[in-house]
Amino acid sequence: MSSASPSLSRQDVAKVALLSRLALSERELDHLTGELSKIVGFVSQLADVDTSAVEPLAHPLDAQNVFRDDVVTPSLARESVLRSAPRHDGESFLVPAVLGETGAA
Amino acid sequence: MAAAPSPADVAAPGSFTTIIGLEVHVQLQTATKLFCGCPTTFGAPPNTQVCPTCLGLPGSLPVMNRHAFDLAVRAALALDCTIAPFTKWDRKNYFYPDLPKGYQISQFDLPFSSDGFLEVVDPKGAFSRRVGIIRVHLEEDAGKSMHDEAAGTADSRIDLNRAGTPLCEIVTQPDLRSPQEARAWLNELKLLLVYLGVSDCNMQEGSLRVDANVNLHIPRPDGSVAKTPIVEIKNMNSFRSVERALAYEAARQWEEWQATGRELGSAPKQTRGWDDPAGVTRGQRHKEESSDYRYFPEPDLVPVRVSADDLARARAAMGVPPAGLRRMLAERWGISAYDADVLVNQGRELVAYFEELAGLVGEGKVASNWMQQDVLRTLNERGGTIDAFPVRPAALADIIGRIAAGDFDTSRGREIFAEVLASGRTVADVVASLGIAAVDDDALDALCRELVAANPKIVADVQGGKEQAAAGLIGQAKKKNPNVNPGKVRAKCLEIIRGL
Repeated sequence: MSSASPSLSRQDVAKVALLSRLALSERELDHLTGELSKIVGFVSQLADVDTSAVEPLAHPLDAQNVFRDDVVTPSLARESVLRSAPRHDGESFLVPAVLGETGAA
Repeated sequence: MAAAPSPADVAAPGSFTTIIGLEVHVQLQTATKLFCGCPTTFGAPPNTQVCPTCLGLPGSLPVMNRHAFDLAVRAALALDCTIAPFTKWDRKNYFYPDLPKGYQISQFDLPFSSDGFLEVVDPKGAFSRRVGIIRVHLEEDAGKSMHDEAAGTADSRIDLNRAGTPLCEIVTQPDLRSPQEARAWLNELKLLLVYLGVSDCNMQEGSLRVDANVNLHIPRPDGSVAKTPIVEIKNMNSFRSVERALAYEAARQWEEWQATGRELGSAPKQTRGWDDPAGVTRGQRHKEESSDYRYFPEPDLVPVRVSADDLARARAAMGVPPAGLRRMLAERWGISAYDADVLVNQGRELVAYFEELAGLVGEGKVASNWMQQDVLRTLNERGGTIDAFPVRPAALADIIGRIAAGDFDTSRGREIFAEVLASGRTVADVVASLGIAAVDDDALDALCRELVAANPKIVADVQGGKEQAAAGLIGQAKKKNPNVNPGKVRAKCLEIIRGL
């Protein structure tokens, strides 16, 4: 996106809201479309800087290869794990029915 | 089924080529999770192996498990991948109840390895396929959600013990050309990863999970090729399921293409779930924009640089992979490629047993035959591991040696093997208790003289030049004394007849 024409459509904002699981009213959508467009505009100013000779930065800290050993440390007691959950059955967290597959994609 | 999938790269007119790529997740064999010290033990009571980090609680920070990274590098090296000198992690954002942070820590644009291959060769020569590996990356697993429909409750239960377990994701090129090849390749991959100690690859426990992408290339009369829309198949719980699901899906796409003529690009990629009991794939609800994961660099983890020294250490820890071991066994012991394949496919421990046995026996083929006909068969019947098998290589070599020395024949040897197996006694002990003490020379001499005297017809035949007639004497000798050695009886009888 060029800094010359930073723009975000209402549709873009509706999609981002869906992905963020935010239910926005029509008024909020209008309002946020304006606000987010401004933010995109601010950030887009960075595009004016010539970065062709700058190496991409993967992390702001100048640190690498931070590891820990594969050694077991104590887990939490289950009561304390579940205590703050809105709903649980003493063993598991309870959530509205999830159908379909589970596991990392 | 419509046409059978062609094993060839180019389909004949009126048929099609099945194009298959796989995406495999394997759980790494670590004691702890990828970013925290919680144990990864399978089967623990729900939510007993969790801490603030894998629960995604505010303020917790991930720290990379060195062993997980080393195992991932080992796997990638064994798959002939290029290891990136610089790698970083990214957040893959999506909402799901089993993903407490709201994102999975994965790798997006700078995976630690890419561009490898793994070849699968059918030992009977039906196919040989070199399958390209696009990338291997290291990421964390999600938790488990369980929905008990029988209980009739409206809730799902979430167990986060698995959340944060280290996974290697292995993505292949679409290089496989039949469901059979896909299954065979998965077997080879599993064998490799188990050999390397990277993963136990236990599908029942979810340590290995497979998704498959499949479509068809259909040659048209004008020489062009029609490509059907790519379908991703999920929910396959065994390699057999993978093979069945792919065969079903190929046939389904063939029929759909004949009915609709729909080609790749006319519809978004479809996801279908395999229903194993019904033996069909079913379309899954298309989640709108579900693929928009908004990856961005993980700020809580610093990048990793891999040095040449690191790679040298990883290579040293690899050991000989299965493909190399097959070649080595065939060369060192003079056994066939097929025999080497059977032995290697049973795992490193069985190969070690075989090599010890073959070394003691001094003959690979005989050792291999005993391994396949007796040890493996018995092991399959009994269950258990080769390391716990009661007949150790030294005892089996003792039996084989006594057969070679003429103490008794192979069938007697098998009886002794069975008895050693059942009783756990030594070979010498069993030989003595079964009365298989070698028949002494005087007794053998007396027995043979008796037989020669009682069988003038056979004697005449032998004297007439038909030495094979002596076989009749051996049969009678075994009836009178089961312990006699057939070879010795034959030699002794011929000696007596010649001296008449």
